[in-house]
Amino acid sequence: MNEHPHQDPEHAEHIDSVKTYAVILVALLCLTILTAFVATIDLGPLNIIVALSIAVAKMLLVVLVFMHVRFSTRLTRVVLVGGLLWLAILLLFAFTDFNTRGLLGVPGK
Amino acid sequence: MDSQIQQSHVHPSDLHQGEAHHLETLALREQFDTEAQQKDASTLGMWVFLITEVMFFGGMFLGYTLYRSNYADTWALASRSLNLPIGATNTCVLLFSSFTMAMAVRAGQLGKKKAVILFLILTMLFGLAFLGIKGYEWTQKFEEHHVPALANFHLEGTQLQGQAKLFFSFYFAMTGLHALHMVVGVGIVLFIIFQTMRNKYSPKYYTPIDIAGLYWHFVDVVWIFLFPLFYLIDRHP
Repeated sequence: MNEHPHQDPEHAEHIDSVKTYAVILVALLCLTILTAFVATIDLGPLNIIVALSIAVAKMLLVVLVFMHVRFSTRLTRVVLVGGLLWLAILLLFAFTDFNTRGLLGVPGK
Repeated sequence: MDSQIQQSHVHPSDLHQGEAHHLETLALREQFDTEAQQKDASTLGMWVFLITEVMFFGGMFLGYTLYRSNYADTWALASRSLNLPIGATNTCVLLFSSFTMAMAVRAGQLGKKKAVILFLILTMLFGLAFLGIKGYEWTQKFEEHHVPALANFHLEGTQLQGQAKLFFSFYFAMTGLHALHMVVGVGIVLFIIFQTMRNKYSPKYYTPIDIAGLYWHFVDVVWIFLFPLFYLIDRHP
């Protein structure tokens, strides 16, 4: 198949080093221990924010490095971000609905 | 060439255009212009599937969060009854499996067949370890009378047994569906191991290893969110 070389530099093959994956694994394990430890301390409403922030950080590490999204095409990234946007719409509108019910004191509600 | 398909599908008219004889391979099917284009199409297709999975789990995360805010006290109590050390251990086991999966894909990129098989077997073992620990955790639920479908269900410290039952229904549904994805993942990895042994893959064509990796990492990401939402929030009384 030599008549079809990789012409587009965006498609050049990226192979991560073992060190990269090892560093990411250690970071993920440290974040897991950190989040389990922080959960035992009373921070009030901050507990939820810390737990979910650490989860998002871990997700980003897995998605960007293990799942190679750093090197994926623009189209793949747009589809990924678009999909997460739909999830955001689902969550945002449902929470808005449930949290504002009864605010206006409409009879029968 | 191992990855070559036995019967090439060359349309007779192609031969008259003076083009080089085009044999169809696994790495370059005839509907694609380049191997890179085919690889990108496979990756994109997998991501579209994963997005549908995000929406599938997203609906359950939504339901969980809404009831959690409605029944905050009972659900916090139920959440504290879960076994945190076991949950944290299982998270680490799954992260190790993701690491070995990433290493398997890397070995596939480099064409190291033995390394691919070794890392895939390790991935499978970590996955099975996760399922084993999960099974032990579920067994504990039976012993603690925390299974909502059983008549002996009882969560200590609250009168609102209905709300507690709902928590454990979500717990079993969400961890159960996650575990089901793990079982499917183990099956996929097993299939990839056999295909690797049969020399199906090469540095030119390792797409199935890559795609299986995407699936495995996705299941890991779902657990990354299940863990804090079930085990960690309101842990401190």
